[in-house]
Amino acid sequence: MTPNDPRTALLPERDIHKTPVMECRALGIDFGGLTAVDDFNITVAPTEIAGLIGPNGAGKTTIFNLLTKVYKPTRGAMFLNGKNTKKMNTIKANQAGIARTFQNIRLFKEMTVLENVLVGLHNEMNYNLLSSVLRFPEYWRSERIAKGRALELLSIFNMQDDASMKAGALPYGSQRRLEIVRALATNPCILLLDEPAAGMNHSETDELMENIRKIRDMFQIAILLIEHDMNLVMGICEGIAVINYGKLIAKGTPKDIQNNPVVIEAYLGKELGNADSH
Amino acid sequence: MLYVAQFINALQLGSIYALIALGYSMVYGIIKLLNFAHGDVIMVGGYVAIFALAAGFHPVVAVILVILGCTALAIIMEKLAYTPLRTAPRISVLITAIGISLLLQNLAQLFFGARPQPIHIPFPTGSISIGAVSIAYPMIITIGVAVLSMVALNYIVQGTKLGKAMRAVSEDTQAAQLMGINVNSIITFTFAVGAALAGIGAILFFVRFPVVTPTVGAMLGLKAFIAAVLGGIGSIPGAMLGGFAIGFLEVIVNAVGLSRWTDGAVFLVLIIILLVRPAGLVGKPMIEKV
Repeated sequence: MTPNDPRTALLPERDIHKTPVMECRALGIDFGGLTAVDDFNITVAPTEIAGLIGPNGAGKTTIFNLLTKVYKPTRGAMFLNGKNTKKMNTIKANQAGIARTFQNIRLFKEMTVLENVLVGLHNEMNYNLLSSVLRFPEYWRSERIAKGRALELLSIFNMQDDASMKAGALPYGSQRRLEIVRALATNPCILLLDEPAAGMNHSETDELMENIRKIRDMFQIAILLIEHDMNLVMGICEGIAVINYGKLIAKGTPKDIQNNPVVIEAYLGKELGNADSH
Repeated sequence: MLYVAQFINALQLGSIYALIALGYSMVYGIIKLLNFAHGDVIMVGGYVAIFALAAGFHPVVAVILVILGCTALAIIMEKLAYTPLRTAPRISVLITAIGISLLLQNLAQLFFGARPQPIHIPFPTGSISIGAVSIAYPMIITIGVAVLSMVALNYIVQGTKLGKAMRAVSEDTQAAQLMGINVNSIITFTFAVGAALAGIGAILFFVRFPVVTPTVGAMLGLKAFIAAVLGGIGSIPGAMLGGFAIGFLEVIVNAVGLSRWTDGAVFLVLIIILLVRPAGLVGKPMIEKV
């Protein structure tokens, strides 16, 4: 199979022999009679930074919702670390190692920055209500460890000083960063970022690129991102999948994608054919 | 002198309303359901107390049984009636809540009869005198227990991971789920906490009004619901504030000699608050997204 065949697993050279952290086989979903996503195949290697791009309405966020089990797929299968996720719900999928951010920020705005991260650490805290009411040492230890961990995670983005602020009061860019931190707190092995650079200016986007790389290196996790900012996508993604009308139309390295006529057509329309019809 | 006595009186009544209003507000905050069966949980608590005391249990054990009974009832209610309706339209769930309320009242009538039954919860009698004012122990205990329960609730909501999860679920259920939070168990937990507070409220209520009937929870629940709306439904401090406000209102209306109008005055408050400030005293004005 050729590199542009959507069925080919596209793994960076160094990862070709590892079990992929996530694998989708012929994933598809219909809403009523409408096919929103069809025959979606993708393989993401551990510690890979992968991109999912496509024109507006192509089905990118729908795919994220399928991967996080917000939607149940009509067809196909998805594997996390080689394990079939068929029977998992959203909670189980998160516990199995998939975490995400949202296109439109969905923080717990009335809670503090620190509390938002602590919600992400919920399943890491092992104490029951009784010990918290009676204030067993277990409670204090667990809360202290979680708080320390939360501050440590916030410090990745230099946000530890904002810990006691309400999340809704943060400036826009910081809210986006906090969403990433909150997702990281659930200890994922693959992090899904839905348009992380939306609404950011050039220097903020550059900083974000640095941070995405930093997160990958620090946590040794895979990152799959949806993004319209091509500088970001081409700048940090090792593998890119392109979808249009719910179907994969190309997969490859940034270089392959930039020169792929099918992709260019999807984004800009047919050069000759369209020109004639006007 | 009279003023101080009435003030304490209002605090006692307000404490009871506040404890019950909390259950309405917490459940509303988390699944946007007005749980109209909440008041009837108190009625069931009353019958549990009667039977526990008649069976010869120590009063402390009886009190614990009432609280556990109310909690268990709420959990069963939530699991059997509300969990299957998690994705149903809100109006269906609301009608179900009214249905459960009627079911509980009629079951109580079937099993225990419609006749009012006296209930005597052994409580320390006597009073302390401060100057010329004497305050009965039950009043002091009621206020103290209510305040302690509210402090404990505040601690659970603010300081524990379950409380954080509750607040997260009430703000954005789906986002909480994607953070790995088991939303169903958090909802059940919320019902359980609300019902435990109602159980405490039931004891304090029946100490002051020692008669149980199958419909005793209906009016009490309705007034506590108004208290929750007055404070701002969905808000925990709002429910406390609203509870005390209704308590004071009732005592004032009684004190000026209009005791026949007590219930009317409470309902008037509901009408006024819905007209003037539907989000309640501490609630944020809600803007419906279109």
